[in-house]
Amino acid sequence: MIRFVIQRLLLIIPTFLGAALLSFVLIHAIPGDPVQMLLGEKVIDPTRHQELLAQIGLDKPLPVQFVNYIWHVLQGDFGTSVQSKNSVLVDFFALFPATLELAFCAMVFAVLFGIPAGVLAAQRRGSVYDHTIMGAALTGYSMPIFWWGLLLILLFSLKLDLTPVSGRIDLDYYFDEGTGFMLWDSFWSDQEGAFTSAVSHLILPTIVLGTIPLAVIARMTRSAMLEVLGEDYVRTARAKGLSGFRVVGIHALRNALIPVVTVIGLQVGTLMGGAILTENIFSWPGIGSWLVNSIYQRDYPSVQGGVLLIAGFVILVNLSVDLIYGLLNPRIRGRR
Amino acid sequence: MSNATNTAGAVAPKPAPVLTPGREVWLSLRSNRGAMAALTIILLTVLCAVLAPVLAPHDYTTQNVDIALTPPAWDEGGSSTYILGTDGIGRDILSRILYGARYSLMIGLIVVTLSLTVGVLFGLAAGFHRGTVDSLIMRLMDIILALPSLLLAIVIVVLLGTGLTNAMIAVAITNIPHYARLTRAAVMNELTKDYVVASKVAGAGTLRLMFKTVLPNCLAPLIVQSTLGISSAVLDAAALGFLGLGAQPPTPEWGTMLADARQYIDSAWWVVTFPGLAILVTVLAFNLLGDGLRDALDPKLKR
Repeated sequence: MIRFVIQRLLLIIPTFLGAALLSFVLIHAIPGDPVQMLLGEKVIDPTRHQELLAQIGLDKPLPVQFVNYIWHVLQGDFGTSVQSKNSVLVDFFALFPATLELAFCAMVFAVLFGIPAGVLAAQRRGSVYDHTIMGAALTGYSMPIFWWGLLLILLFSLKLDLTPVSGRIDLDYYFDEGTGFMLWDSFWSDQEGAFTSAVSHLILPTIVLGTIPLAVIARMTRSAMLEVLGEDYVRTARAKGLSGFRVVGIHALRNALIPVVTVIGLQVGTLMGGAILTENIFSWPGIGSWLVNSIYQRDYPSVQGGVLLIAGFVILVNLSVDLIYGLLNPRIRGRR
Repeated sequence: MSNATNTAGAVAPKPAPVLTPGREVWLSLRSNRGAMAALTIILLTVLCAVLAPVLAPHDYTTQNVDIALTPPAWDEGGSSTYILGTDGIGRDILSRILYGARYSLMIGLIVVTLSLTVGVLFGLAAGFHRGTVDSLIMRLMDIILALPSLLLAIVIVVLLGTGLTNAMIAVAITNIPHYARLTRAAVMNELTKDYVVASKVAGAGTLRLMFKTVLPNCLAPLIVQSTLGISSAVLDAAALGFLGLGAQPPTPEWGTMLADARQYIDSAWWVVTFPGLAILVTVLAFNLLGDGLRDALDPKLKR
């Protein structure tokens, strides 16, 4: 097992370096003078220009600059935002909880509906249920979620007036920065209705962001279930006279879930990509909208740092999934 | 010359209808109702794209503020002249959607062609040259896969500059690893087989082995992936357009139309609804066809 862990850990180094190289190239390939970008409209004389260039280390050869960049990143220095003048890391972690909260809710939503739907479809294979569920799953899988979000706003917010259109909570409520997780903060605040307001703001974004993972999980659960239901031990369980629920819910599902867990882990990347669109639609103040805004504002240090941080997060989650999978399934560990 | 024709002619007539691989797939596909519906929709979309100048009731660029935000024909205040209504500056939505089909199909085809070509070359190189080449290529693919594809596409567009061409290149790059991995896996599987060894013994060079001997036998998964790839390309390019990073207005690309339509969401539902519906239907059709092709090409997965 230790060997397996070390192997996996070593594998993420080139991946992380690659991501760092990508974000490094990003700032260097962008047309325009970085010094001028920092200064804005101000005019500057050539000698001062050289000095400033040396100050931010851009006068050195590119490989040296890259090593410097990695060195800074390893020390947690992701650069300074042109817009807010804050450290990119500070800006990122101020907004990250909002994205994490949304992504977590979306995943819970997807798992809560996706797994039962997949099980039902597998159990009633070929029935109306199966066709309906799989049709819906394929539609969800094909959904342009930015349009889906607009449709839901159109229906639930504007026509039926059931949910708010944007933001994380009504502006009437205000509390000091707590954990950054609105559900948690509003629940423990003593303001009446704050929690309900936070929940109502979360509903539509959660559905929008959770739609594609939901579809993927439902499809995966169905096919994994179908495979398991054909196994001998399931037949044995049936022959022993166990109830249908016990056979499907306990014996079969437990084994069918192994590939499903992997798929759930892999959806984290999808969620981070989807968060960019979802946050954009619902004006959700998370890293997705921050990133897109930074692009519009040409705040390249933020874009660079943000991309690397998101990539790092996804790489770490995938690594954890790998490790958990190795723990669950001993056969994987030995494979090389 | 005549001799050659004769030999060719002698081979062609077959005693009994032989089930060629293509025909077998077609027969299997034909019995799949979902896939046939998908194929019909795709053909209709192609027809719309090709015949857009004939089918479109209006010029898709003509603006007319007097008729801005006319509701669709069946809605109150709608007019049969503008069946799906008009947008914020009075352009006919139906005409724009018909022309938009051209963009979406073109995006799908170009992106898949690009990523398929590069991916297959990478996959062949990795599969044939295990060792350094293989590790290098596959690590690179891992890096691309480690990043959320939309995020990577956004980064590349920022690098190259916004616009439809760059958006297509960006989406194509994010899709390369799928083809590279499939090709590599298939190549490694084929290389152990006798026919490849026989060809090698007969003196075939690496290039001949790659493209003439092995590649044709790796096509099945690539065909499926290409079909599914069209749908994800259409979706991702539309998302970039929606974020203002892909096709730029006034291009009638569906994602860009949606970005434009957002400001009318509380006053004109039709401006928001129809372009997205067009994306959904097209993407759904390609996914459905891809699923059907997978069933047809991979008998192991058959229900």
